[in-house]
Amino acid sequence: MPDSPSDERADDAYGAPYDLAVIGAGCAGLTGAVTASELGLSVALLDTSGQVGGQFYRTPAPALGAVRPEALHHDWSAFADLRRRLEASAVVHLAGHHVWTVARGSEGDTEWVVHAVTGVDGCGERPVRVRARTVLLATGASERQLPFPGWTLPGVVGAGGAQAMLKSGLVLPGRRVVVAGSGPLLLAVASSLAAAGARVPAVVEASGYLGYARRPGALAANPHKLAEALVHGAALLRHGVRLRTRSAVTRVHGTARVEAVTVSRVDRDWRPVQGTGRRIACDALAVGHGLVPQTELATSLGCATRRTPDGTYALELDGLQETSVPGLWAAGETGGIGGAQLARTEGAIAGTAAAARVLGQPALTRSRRVRELRRRRDRMRAFADTMAAAHVPGPGWVQWLNDATDVCRCEEVTAGAIREAVADYGARDARTVKLLTRAGMGWCQGRMCGAAVACLAAGPGAASVPPSPERRPLAVPVPLGVLGALDPDEADGPVS
Amino acid sequence: MVGAACAYYAARSGLHVTVIDRGPVAGGTTGAGEGNLLVSDKEPGPELDLALLSTRLWRTLSGALPPRIEYEAKGGLVVASGEAGMAALRDFAERQERAGVKTEEVTGDRLHDLEPHLAQGLAGGFHYPQDAQVQPALAAAHLLRAAGEQASGRARLRLRLGEKVTGVLKGANGEVRGVRTVSGDLHAPYVVNAAGTWGAEVARLADVHLPVLPRRGFVLVTEPLPRVVRRKVYAADYVADVASGSAALQTSAVVEGTPAGPVLIGASRERVGFDRTLSVEVLRRLAAQATRLFPMLADVRAIRTYAGFRPYLPDHLPAIGPDPRVPGLLHACGHEGAGIGLAPATGLIVAGILTGEELPLDIDPFRPDRFGGAR
Ligand SMILES: Cc1cc2nc3c(=O)[nH]c(=O)nc-3n(C[C@H](O)[C@H](O)[C@H](O)COP(=O)(O)OP(=O)(O)OC[C@H]3O[C@@H](n4cnc5c(N)ncnc54)[C@H](O)[C@@H]3O)c2cc1C
Ligand SMILES: Cc1cc2nc3c(=O)[nH]c(=O)nc-3n(C[C@H](O)[C@H](O)[C@H](O)COP(=O)(O)OP(=O)(O)OC[C@H]3O[C@@H](n4cnc5c(N)ncnc54)[C@H](O)[C@@H]3O)c2cc1C
Repeated sequence: MPDSPSDERADDAYGAPYDLAVIGAGCAGLTGAVTASELGLSVALLDTSGQVGGQFYRTPAPALGAVRPEALHHDWSAFADLRRRLEASAVVHLAGHHVWTVARGSEGDTEWVVHAVTGVDGCGERPVRVRARTVLLATGASERQLPFPGWTLPGVVGAGGAQAMLKSGLVLPGRRVVVAGSGPLLLAVASSLAAAGARVPAVVEASGYLGYARRPGALAANPHKLAEALVHGAALLRHGVRLRTRSAVTRVHGTARVEAVTVSRVDRDWRPVQGTGRRIACDALAVGHGLVPQTELATSLGCATRRTPDGTYALELDGLQETSVPGLWAAGETGGIGGAQLARTEGAIAGTAAAARVLGQPALTRSRRVRELRRRRDRMRAFADTMAAAHVPGPGWVQWLNDATDVCRCEEVTAGAIREAVADYGARDARTVKLLTRAGMGWCQGRMCGAAVACLAAGPGAASVPPSPERRPLAVPVPLGVLGALDPDEADGPVS
Repeated sequence: MVGAACAYYAARSGLHVTVIDRGPVAGGTTGAGEGNLLVSDKEPGPELDLALLSTRLWRTLSGALPPRIEYEAKGGLVVASGEAGMAALRDFAERQERAGVKTEEVTGDRLHDLEPHLAQGLAGGFHYPQDAQVQPALAAAHLLRAAGEQASGRARLRLRLGEKVTGVLKGANGEVRGVRTVSGDLHAPYVVNAAGTWGAEVARLADVHLPVLPRRGFVLVTEPLPRVVRRKVYAADYVADVASGSAALQTSAVVEGTPAGPVLIGASRERVGFDRTLSVEVLRRLAAQATRLFPMLADVRAIRTYAGFRPYLPDHLPAIGPDPRVPGLLHACGHEGAGIGLAPATGLIVAGILTGEELPLDIDPFRPDRFGGAR
């Protein structure tokens, strides 16, 4: 595998069009890149991070001297195998490349221009343009947060974030960590935290897990997933962790940082049941309500989306992982949350499909192997959808909030201000709430508060309303100097 | 914005008003533009007269509405990099002065007193103290609310959101009787078409032709900064290249700070229908223009960009006033890139027509039937 291009070699790496540009080097992108490369395509693999592996296979920076990062992963051999294939391949890995947009080239659907920023933060950043005949979007997901009183106190961290911190830096967010929210990730996070030496007094899950039981077919078809859940369950029992379902953290206590949380029972709609609050002492709270596919690069090109059973939006894909825009494929969490194994399977299908298109060999996608991959994918997707349905936020969660609770942390906009914009000033959706209150206008551009704002904007009594397929044309912030330094000839399209 | 202003002045005149929108308040172009209230970019003529009246009305409104609308009478600064540009600016400013615009020439060595972070070596510029700014969505929302609160006596204001107008009801003689919406009929002797970029569609519902078209614009928004840009600043180098100066002046990117911190850089103008696809070339130009004016912005990050569609009529003037083809129908749309600025004057005129008062200026240039055609 050639390294990232140094400045002198930049012309080689950024010059001629690649057959395939892969954005995101997590399970999905990595698998897609090596699969396509092994079939003979020239491939560029871009990722913000300096290392491959994405969210799941996070590795400690070498300087930390961790001896066995694999101890925190139960699927390490698959990753080791992918890394080996990457090293043996001709894939050009462009690490430290932040992709801010993908544009159509002059040839329409057969030429794409991937625009990225690279270089040192603050100085020496420069624009980079990678041209490609096809693109695979594998940008993963981010965590869904729902606010509650006290969630901005130091010591409250994202559940996935805590997991990521643990994997990449081997640091614990606290010594006594309550894990709360909803979704299968909570169990994984709790067992990692416990294994790393934290005490986890409780895992607090707002739904009841009953949803899984309603689709026994999907469960039975996924022995691997079941095994995984059992591993987590066993680990939790071993560490004496209590799982409280149909419960939520409705308040965080503490002045300078977390000292305790109140856990209340909630009804089917996630409405807190009066008088059930119990205080649990802790010095950190890891909280998350599932994951949201990161699809902005695709939606700003007009790719169609579908509503997922847990109320987020994912890309609409065909049987071979192609988006509604020909020439653009997606794999992994961008098409719906489903875990590392599904991401790898989808990456392999997408990489093969892109190769079939570029090489003009449609037969590649009809091989026995691809048929088997597709069957596995369908099984895992069905299971993922069942799981998602079990963890869809109930409309009653908004009752955790009081008017003083900050919903948008960047701009410090309270629930009260949002309710006022809706009740008194004619806002009716996340966009107009944003315009009238600034909720979602700050640094994170609503990635943190988007789901919550959309629910509040829909007004009292409305069920969980996901943000409309987001139009966030800049996927990452770009310095004006970098934008202005683009070569006029390289920028797309005519301007009249 | 325009509909809110019409409602405000009409309710103040004692009329009974219902505001209907298919979406939320400020969900159209008003929520997708900037809030520059400019006289500096307008050449003498009917639009400038409307802008000057609006400038006065905005000042009054800023006293009546809460500070949250972010009204700032901060002034504009148009700069030229060379002597040729300066000469063209001087000529333009002189003509504007005669039409009632206040202008002050600023020599190159004094530019940094007004804007400390401006690039070095600029030839000079003109300061326009009447230029101001509001946050458009907040201004529209608060104006509507104020309209409801001040409606007194018999007057009443009702707001019907999320209700699309699907037809215009007419009487036996072709006169307006009200509108049909997705949830039923609403009877009224007057209907005001303030549908902005979609004004042509609403006109068509009344069987009249009004060629409002979309003209796309992108705005770049930076991360929040302490106040580094004090006024609205834009360049006018190319004034020298253009005989009249006016057309080119309208295409320049304005750089301005906001009370909330981000710097706004906008906006481009393109006629590409309702296509929202990001144009990298437009962003490159906006960024390059802005960093040429303020080199310190080069290290500042753009965190967002958004596009909107200006309601544009072929002669760049809005349609304001009664439609002689359909009694009872009035238009107040097509304000292109100046609808926020021109809204109060438009609202005052519409209210004046409805109550039979004397109008503050000649509205003949804004005649809605000037493009001909029954439909
Ligand atoms: C915070 C978090 C914690 C998780 N913890 C667990 C866990 O403990 N157990 C478990 O089973 N699953 C976990 N998951 C889910 C698991 O990570 C995914 O199933 C798996 O990683 C999916 O792989 P992917 O390739 O789709 O995405 P990812 O692994 O997320 O990879 C996406 C890659 O795209 C890159 N990228 C994104 N945007 C850009 C851009 N604009 N420019 C350049 N690069 C970009 C990212 O840097 C990243 O490397 C977690 C997910 C998250 C978000
Ligand atoms: C990038 C950009 C920058 C700009 N900068 C400035 C600036 O600095 N200063 C300035 O003064 N102007 C600026 N403008 C222009 C300004 O935004 C517009 O002129 C102004 O918002 C027009 O207001 P409006 O009320 O006419 O239209 P809109 O705000 O679009 O309102 C029209 C309303 O009609 C509704 N509607 C349409 N059809 C129907 C129907 N059938 N039934 C019910 N409702 C319907 C729509 O939902 C919409 O809410 C800018 C525009 C853009 C795009």
